[in-house]
Order: sequence, then C-alpha cells, then structure tokens
Amino acid sequence: MSLFDYERPGTLAEASDTLRRDNAVALAGGTDLLVAIRHRVISPEVVVDLKSIADIDDDISRVADRLTIGGRAVMSRLVHDEQVNRYFPALAAAASVVGSVQIRNRATLAGNLCNASPAADAAPPLLAFASSVTISDGETSRTVPVAEFFQGPGVTVLERGEVVSSIEVPIPSVVSGSAFARVTRRRGVDLASVSLACLVDRSGHVRFGLGAVGPTPLVAESTVDELVTDDGIDRLLAIASPISDLRAGADYRRAMLRVHARRALQRAVGEMKAAS
Amino acid sequence: MTREQAITVTVNTVRHTITVPASMTLLEMVRSRLGLTGSKECCSEGECGACTMMLGDEPVNSCLILAVEADGSSITTIEGVGAAGMSPLQEAFVEAGAVQCGFCIPGMVVAATALLQRVPDPTLDEVQEALSGNLCRCGGYARICQAVLRAATPEAADV
Repeated sequence: MSLFDYERPGTLAEASDTLRRDNAVALAGGTDLLVAIRHRVISPEVVVDLKSIADIDDDISRVADRLTIGGRAVMSRLVHDEQVNRYFPALAAAASVVGSVQIRNRATLAGNLCNASPAADAAPPLLAFASSVTISDGETSRTVPVAEFFQGPGVTVLERGEVVSSIEVPIPSVVSGSAFARVTRRRGVDLASVSLACLVDRSGHVRFGLGAVGPTPLVAESTVDELVTDDGIDRLLAIASPISDLRAGADYRRAMLRVHARRALQRAVGEMKAAS
Repeated sequence: MTREQAITVTVNTVRHTITVPASMTLLEMVRSRLGLTGSKECCSEGECGACTMMLGDEPVNSCLILAVEADGSSITTIEGVGAAGMSPLQEAFVEAGAVQCGFCIPGMVVAATALLQRVPDPTLDEVQEALSGNLCRCGGYARICQAVLRAATPEAADV
C-alpha cells in the first residue's frame, strides 16, 4: 500500500482538525477504505482512525422514541442487538447479509452510509424507517434525514472535517410491519443487484427504501390501496433508473424490483397483522 | 509524524512491541515481522478469508486491518489455535478428509474455532454462514463443514 500517516485522535475536535488537512480520509472499519487504498483508487496523506473517539459510541441505545446507533457500531452489533431485531427487523436482516462474518465484525453502519454506494445494504431499511444521521465537526452538529444524505455515487452531504457521529432510527408509533429483500448473483458475500426495504403502518402508508437502482439509494412512498394495482406499483417505482453493469442488466433490475417490492409489501403487511 | 509507529500487540498470548509503518497490514506484520506464516495472503480485499485471525474473540480479515489499528489488542492466529498440539477441530479436519491443497485451511480453522466458541453445537446452516467468508479453491466445502460438525458432536461423525 502507498505510504500514509496514521492518526488516532481521542476527540471529535481533533479528528475534525486532522480531517480538514489535504488528502485526509476517515477510517472506521476499513473494509472498504483499505481496499480502495490498495487498488490506488485513493492515495491518502493521512488516515484518521475514528475508533478511539470518546464522543462517538460503538453502542446502540434507546433514547425516548428512537434508537441511537453509535457511529462506531459494527454490523455484527446490529445483527445481534435485541432492540434492533424487535423494532427494525428489516435493518437487522440487511446488516446480516453485509459481506461475511469477518467483514461484519469490522464494518460499521456509519461507514456503510458514508461510503455512499448506491448498493449500500443498510441504506434501504434506514430510508424505509425514516432515519436520520447526526453529523459533527467537533464544534457544531447537525441532523440530516438519510433521504437527503446521499448526493451521488460515493458522494454525501458530509463536508470537510465532518463525521457521522450517530444514526437515529425512530421507533414506529403505530402498529407497523417491515421487510427486507435483496437480489444477488450468489447467496453470500456479494453486492446487491437490487435491494429494498419496506415499512407499512396501520394507516396504510407505505415507505420503500430502494438500493442499486439509481445513482443513490432512493426513497419512494405510497399507500397499500394504491399498490394493489400494477399502475400503482409502476408509479411507486418510476423513481428507479438502474444501470446495466456486471451484476445485472437494467431491465432485469427493473423486473426484480417490481417482483420483490410486491413480495416485500406482502410480507410487511403480514408482519403488521401478526403484530396487531 | 507517524508514518512509523510503535505498537504493542499480544499474539497467541505473547506480547510484542514492534515498530511498523502505518500502511502495514496486521497480516503483513504477523507474517513478516513475527514469522508466523500460517495465515495466508490471497485476495487482499476481504473476499477469501485465507487471512482470518481472531481479534479478541471475533474472526476478522487481517488483510483489511492496519497493524497500527491493532495496537493494544489480543490476536489469535492459526499457530495459537494449534499451540498445545492439534485442537479437536483440527483433528476433525484430518479425520473428515477436509484438507485438499490446504491453502484456505488456516482461515477455515480460525473462523470455525471462533464459531464453536460462540455456538458449541451449530447447525449445518450456522456452519455454512460462519464460513461464508472463507473460499476454498478446491471446492472442498462439504467435508470442511462436516469436519466442523464432527468436532462439535464427535458421535455424529457422518452428516
């Protein structure tokens, strides 16, 4: 690997200062970053390890009506967390298919978002659950809905010196159900060709998060009544603009999106009925 | 600044203080500086699992961790798994005929050791999931999974 400096700051303020330097990158789990450095996609001058920052948690805690997932929480943590499984099974399901056990033990939820892959596994459920991201530069912090976080492939609203300190997922206030679906070429250790998550509540409102069918993960909303018809499904999914790549063709992605959106909705409605 | 850094790591219960370049991976350090070459480098991008070590109790890809990130940590490599002679799991690999070319086996054994510590009596599904990040070029998956199940419940030798 190319040579770089390594800093392991203990506070957000120090981390932000270092990240404002030229060619500085943040390191959380490293499962994407080190591959990018090795392949010379990036050649950083300084790598800023966020794992010793006291103000960034590696834990998941419930604060009032929301679950706060610390910026250092790894995917394995989400997979095994009792509250994530109880309130956000679609998020636990998405976390459980990220890479392999070895990857999930290092890869963080925040890193998955910051990497801003259109196929980020955790993005669809976080979108479906109307989650938000807390961003800090050590002095001030701001909260951005995940729906506004992604700007394009690999690009987020993060500005220089900013890091994601936590992710907030609101616990649905009414009876609801959720589901996650993912299409891959093989069962394990593959990027998604199409992924989606769906949240339906008792009022009939439906929110989908869609992955790998546009330049960013997408959010689409509708109602159960609307989605009974093919036209309704078409209107919901009109936002998708998939590309053809080595994993799947655009037409195949569209076709799979339709099929799995419908199935996910059925499963989510089934879950909601079971819960009420 | 810190292109080189002194770190202290415990590898297979032995403490080492070593000065390493910031860009050196944990795998490179263990192989080239400590001379423990059981862990293999293959894909170098977290796909194949040949470099699997335990960081604490958790299996990780040591090719995707910088040595400096491991400062203060405790690491177990394949040499640590077999430190007191072959472990029951390693014996099971031999008995099941799970080893062909052998290149993936250190990673397989470390990943399976981590599984058995957490889940002493896993199902086949659990074994397959735990080893899904470990590729075997020879395609010897069936016997590898059989070996892990055999180690968990020696009486159920033929699955």
